[in-house]
This record gives sequence, C-alpha cells and structure tokens, in this order.
Amino acid sequence: MIPEALFFSAVLFTIGVVGVLTRRNVLIVFMSVELMLNAVNLSLVSFSALYGVTGQVLAILVMTVAAAEAAVGLAIIIAVFRHFQTADLANVNILKG
Amino acid sequence: MTLFFQFTFYLFGLIAVASSALFITRKNPVAAALWLVNVMISLAAMYIMLGAQFVGIVQVIIYAGAIMVVFLFVVMLLNLGRADGVGDLSGIGWRLAAGLAGLMMLAPLMMVARPGSRLLGSLLPVRPDYGAVPPPGANVITPVAEVFFRNQLLAFEASSILLLAAVVGAVVLAKRSDR
Repeated sequence: MIPEALFFSAVLFTIGVVGVLTRRNVLIVFMSVELMLNAVNLSLVSFSALYGVTGQVLAILVMTVAAAEAAVGLAIIIAVFRHFQTADLANVNILKG
Repeated sequence: MTLFFQFTFYLFGLIAVASSALFITRKNPVAAALWLVNVMISLAAMYIMLGAQFVGIVQVIIYAGAIMVVFLFVVMLLNLGRADGVGDLSGIGWRLAAGLAGLMMLAPLMMVARPGSRLLGSLLPVRPDYGAVPPPGANVITPVAEVFFRNQLLAFEASSILLLAAVVGAVVLAKRSDR
C-alpha cells in the first residue's frame, strides 16, 4: 500500500506542476501550489507508516507553513489586483525582458 | 490488510487524481476550488487509512475547512467568480511544454515509487509494527504529541512565530495605502 501511496503522491505533484505552468489565473496557480504541498504531505504520511511518527509531525508542520503561505500570498494577490486591476498573470509583465 | 481495505484506498487515490485533473482544467475559480476541496478530503481519507488519524482530521479542518474558505473569500472579494475574462489557459505551445515538463518530472518519481520497487524497500529498516491496526479506543494522538513536544519542540515554537509573522504581514500587505 505504501508504494501505491507514493505513486499517487507523484501523480498529484505532477498535476500541480502542470497547473502552475499552464494556468493564467493567479488564484488557480496559487491553489496548484497548495495541491503540490498536499502531494508532499501524502509522501510524508506514507513514509511515517513505515518509519515512525516523525513524518506525521512534519506533515502537520507543512500544513502550518501552508496556512501562513496562504495568508501572505492571498494578501499579495489582493495588493497586485488593486495595483493592476487584473488577476490574469499574462497582464502582470513588468519584469518581462 | 484485507482486499476491501486496499480497494477503498485505491478508490480514494483515484478520486484524488481525477479531482485534481478536473481542478486544473476548470475555468471558473469557484468550481476549481471546490474540486480542490474534493482532492483534500480524499487525501484525508488516505491519511486515516495509512494510520495517521490525527493528520487526517487536521487536513479536513485546516485545509478543506480554513484555507479553502479563505481562497473562496478572496474570489468573492475580487469578484472573480465568473468564468469569462481571466482564467483562460495559456497558448497551445506553452501547454505542450508544460505537459512535457510534467512527464519528465513524473518519470523519475515513478521509477522510485512504482509498486514493487526494490529501491524503496532498501532505504531504512521498517518499523516492526507496520500495518498494525490500532484497537478501538486506542489513543492515536499521544504518539504524535510525544514526538512533537519532545524531539521537534523547536520546530513547534518556530511555527508559532511564523504564524504571527504571517498574520502581521498579511494585514500590512492587504491594507489600503491610499488613505
């Protein structure tokens, strides 16, 4: 059951990467990052079933970091939306060479 | 490990993968967020079946409950709930490149994580009570707390400071500055 859990974790992480690369809506890109964090959490929990409880503690710490990241990231999204009046990443291109 | 148990585990895994595929293809941010909630609840079920009951409950409360509500709140605040306008996919070339990058990333992960991989079994000695189902009424939170508040106490304290800094930073960033 553990290798299958790692298999699902790899697939979910890859879907998250593809979501970050293909979508232009800033909120969906940010939610894809959350999906990648969840995939890593699944790996940590499945290893904790083999090697001890520390993996579960790490998964809880990852959730804490994800909550903090969501708070700050959504505040940044609100600030960017106020400045550019858009949530489309293709229109936020000041840094483009 | 009964066959029904394994079947249910695979079922939740397939639900999670299918929901995440639907999540990255929805145009409407609200629909995407609800599919992501589906992914997170399936993952919580998988955590519980892997013997991490506390992490599964925390996943439902924090991820599916708190974080996704904040996301939907921002969708409402920015008035992005309609599918038209933003939310379109990138160009076809960019999409193909992203799919290729995803496949290139998936291949090595599969090599390690494929069922029956010997690389996986040779990493560390396996915990002797692996696969043991706790009896009804057994305390499953105490072992997590033992590790959390003894071995990982510094990380616990650091995470509290991180949360405080995140709250202050979010308030400062989201505050209107034109007044």
